[in-house]
Amino acid sequence: MRINCPHCGVRGAEEFAYHGDATLRRPAADAAPEAWADYVYLRDNPAGRQRELWYHAAGCHAWLVMERDTRTHEIFSVTPARDVALAGGGDVA
Amino acid sequence: MWADRYSIVSVLAQALRGQQGWKPVWREPEPKAEYDVVIVGGGGHGLATAWYLASQHGITNVAVVEKGYLGSGNVGRNTTIVRSNYLLPGNIPFYEHSLKLWEGLEQDINYNAMVSQRGVLNLFHSDGQRDAYARRGNAMRLHGVDAELLDQAAVRRMYPHFDYDNARFPIQGGLLQPRGGTVRHDAVAWGYARAADRRGVDMIQNCEVTGIRVEAGRAVGVETGRGFIRAKKIGLACAGNSSRVAAMAGLRLPIESHVLQAFVSEGIKPLVDGVVTFGAGHFYVSQSDKGGLVFGGDIDGYNSYAQRGNLPVVEDVAEGGMALMPGLGRLRLLRQWGGVMDMSMDGSPIIDRTPVEGLYLNAGWCYGGFKATPASGWCFAHLLARDEPHEVARALRLDRFASGHVIDEKGVGAQPNLH
Repeated sequence: MRINCPHCGVRGAEEFAYHGDATLRRPAADAAPEAWADYVYLRDNPAGRQRELWYHAAGCHAWLVMERDTRTHEIFSVTPARDVALAGGGDVA
Repeated sequence: MWADRYSIVSVLAQALRGQQGWKPVWREPEPKAEYDVVIVGGGGHGLATAWYLASQHGITNVAVVEKGYLGSGNVGRNTTIVRSNYLLPGNIPFYEHSLKLWEGLEQDINYNAMVSQRGVLNLFHSDGQRDAYARRGNAMRLHGVDAELLDQAAVRRMYPHFDYDNARFPIQGGLLQPRGGTVRHDAVAWGYARAADRRGVDMIQNCEVTGIRVEAGRAVGVETGRGFIRAKKIGLACAGNSSRVAAMAGLRLPIESHVLQAFVSEGIKPLVDGVVTFGAGHFYVSQSDKGGLVFGGDIDGYNSYAQRGNLPVVEDVAEGGMALMPGLGRLRLLRQWGGVMDMSMDGSPIIDRTPVEGLYLNAGWCYGGFKATPASGWCFAHLLARDEPHEVARALRLDRFASGHVIDEKGVGAQPNLH
């Protein structure tokens, strides 16, 4: 798998660390324990397209939001997580 | 019938008849309209569950529905290792129960699964790691499990060809579980399927579950490619795809699917007698009876339903192997494949009821499902038959995450790709 980092260009997947589902939203600090348990533990785990967080650990140290097919490993887009957050595209914390 | 039961008599009789009298070892029935129990997933765990439902609980109106052929998933994709060298109280009794079942499996199901207790040796490479392994060994012994802490000289006598004086990862010794070993994984699926079939369980192959029908909060049956099958109880044993199937009943699980690769080298003369794990990286190796070295390492680390992985992990596994036994570099790789794992949020499995009445879950096996096969089937059958957890699987609850009673062997938290 090769990942097209918006800052560094196409690099091998071994340079990146994976941090899972990018669409999870952190509950409010005073949310019910159930909401926190859902956020920390439950996942959609889709077979197909997924938006997910990657960290370019051996490169520019940017957090990235990548859309990828979990059945084929085909990558559709790689966007800086900052841009996604600023565009209101979800809490990527 | 001599022809139905495998024994020295049946083998000799078949030899005299030119091996012409062997029969198919299970029927291929059409699904009935209704069963007492439908098990989703014809892998090791589902087939073991069917066998123990029939043999331990007398429940034989059972179907195992499988989307491909029996044993086409992870039961035939692992590195065949069995062991019970765990640390935490929620895990040790369960895996030890499994190892005890392995020890009597072939007599129980009348099938040669080539159970080989050749010993599992975990190597340590530093003083700190020695302390950690001593602690693990002591925890095992307190639970009545066999464990021996070996120094470097003792390991050297067993495996003279390892790189003991490696500059970065010198081998200082190891924790040995003599009763651990390997089992021929395909034979486990076939043996359980044959045994369950003989008790009347229906194996329905090429029958993918496409939906779970829920009426008034109760699961009443499964929609399949071969029509609707009504069931009083439904057991999910489809690790790798647990999230997808559970979603058919509206459930979200504490699971991510990840791919794990395994490798076999060309066949060579006997070199590795037992199972050995490298402690400074993630690498484990044994030798098959055909002579190939069978080895593997870490999961690839990202969600995947593709039964294949990527090259960085191939390289990582090879580096681990080379650090342990440099001679490995002279071997050619014969085969390599991937399997899809249910990686749970604490690295431990789930055998429990679900919030949907009549729907039971066996999932989250991470990459340790093969060794658990007999106990998983035993405990899941107990749960399905009696509606209460088996003694050794009490901790493997679905609600342990929300309640904070996680069983996290590595202590890394809710990050599945680190378990």
